[in-house]
Amino acid sequence: MTPSAQEHDTSTVVAFTNVKIGFDEGDVLRGVSFEVMPRETVVLLGETGTGKTLTLKLAAGLLRPTEGKIQVLGEEVSSMSERELLPFRRKLGFVFQEGALFDSLTVAENVAYRLREDRLSEDEIETRVQEALRFVELEHTGDMLPSELSGGMRRRVSIARTLATRPPIVLYDSPTAGLDPVTAQTIITLILRLRDVFGVTAIMATHRLQDGFGLANFRFDPESKRVVRLDEKEGAAAPNGEPATRFLVYREGRIYFEGKPEELAESKDAYLQRFLASI
Amino acid sequence: MGAVLTDAFKRLLANIQDYAEMSGRALLNLASGPRYFQDILDQMDDIGVGSLPIVLMAGFFIGAVMVLQTGSQFTRFGQTALTGDVVSIALVRELGPTLTGILVAGRSASGIASVLGSMVVTEQVDAMRAMGTDPSRKLVTPRVLAGILMLPLLTALNDFVGLLGGCLASVFSLRLNAVEFWTRAINALDFADIMQGMMKPLVYGFILATVGCYKGLTVRGGTQGVGRATTQAVVVASVLIIGADLFLTKLALFLGDKIF
Repeated sequence: MTPSAQEHDTSTVVAFTNVKIGFDEGDVLRGVSFEVMPRETVVLLGETGTGKTLTLKLAAGLLRPTEGKIQVLGEEVSSMSERELLPFRRKLGFVFQEGALFDSLTVAENVAYRLREDRLSEDEIETRVQEALRFVELEHTGDMLPSELSGGMRRRVSIARTLATRPPIVLYDSPTAGLDPVTAQTIITLILRLRDVFGVTAIMATHRLQDGFGLANFRFDPESKRVVRLDEKEGAAAPNGEPATRFLVYREGRIYFEGKPEELAESKDAYLQRFLASI
Repeated sequence: MGAVLTDAFKRLLANIQDYAEMSGRALLNLASGPRYFQDILDQMDDIGVGSLPIVLMAGFFIGAVMVLQTGSQFTRFGQTALTGDVVSIALVRELGPTLTGILVAGRSASGIASVLGSMVVTEQVDAMRAMGTDPSRKLVTPRVLAGILMLPLLTALNDFVGLLGGCLASVFSLRLNAVEFWTRAINALDFADIMQGMMKPLVYGFILATVGCYKGLTVRGGTQGVGRATTQAVVVASVLIIGADLFLTKLALFLGDKIF
């Protein structure tokens, strides 16, 4: 029921081929192609309105492209009907920008939502919910309503809700937007832990460059339970090799830059330099 | 000018198509699982029990007003005893269902539109879809079913309380005998009247719930959009209910002649 990341290690997890989408106001994505490999984290950067969130929603099949092909876990989501997509989406985790918690349900009910839909036993649900809330260090908030939580806590609950079903892919939509730097760092650490403990493949849209570099330069060491710099390693290599981080920079609906973090940092391109300086 | 009108007409047609598709699917969902019984009960509580106070109060007063108005005419001919007949037929056939429909539309269609609209704006509906739940099954079907089931019950209570108000008004204002009023009121009704009075609210419940859901789920433009959708839901649902009343009355009278 919860396929592990290893099952898909041999092929690409997400593949966009010449994807276009437009609305009444005009095209937003104008031919985007990229691939995401297993256990890789792709960081989407770009100015507001360049289609980062759209890309995530397209990958989850929440929107349909006007042109192009999208494959996720070997299935072509761009041609699936909503009826086929509903069960398929259970393999994906989606962390929405503001958390998108159900505000009429308590925190524990939010985290348990999908487990209840899957009709797991109440004991199992209780264990999984506690586990997920402990992971985001919010086990004391189970009975609270989302409106009683701070913005950062809501995002953490949202991550816990995603985590409860252990999806092999998680899509993060600006998980740190509007948070103070310390809280944003907590969220990034959580994303690191999700990647390094559960081997999650991820696409993360973000406005903060340091989010991307945080994921690229650090890893969570499950043994020492600490976040360590990648180049230090401290003798604890990740089981399936180092998780890779790749950057995509969107500009006017197209991919303007694709490459490793250091390539982005050292780029001499005038637009990139100006863009990086502005975020 | 022509192009603008054509565009507006096309948009209207597209909206009607979307609305019909959503409503049809809400009913088809009942034929297969998963069903959300708890949500259905919650909505029945909200639409049914929640609307009781306004429906009962309005029913009581409208019954009393009907008696005063008709009574003042009947006194001219010395036929005040007929008040019971007239009030009961008017209430059961027409005023009970339509008043209940409009009152509940004002309360619940707006409530449904604002709740679903806020869920759309805060991406909760997308989150639901992302977690593999069909919003049509989880959000729309329970509300539509609750509307269809609760409106006839509310209408029956509204009719009863209306007659009660009418009875009090006729006793105190027209000096009629309470027993005589009730006897005439009940004898005046035949099966066709009750059929008509109970068939209408089924349709009204469907209209107010589907319009509320449609307006809520198609919200555009943040919190302002939610406000707009809420207002539109009440306006559209009320007008549709009154419009439907015309056709339902004609249909019920036709069927009443044919069958009963």
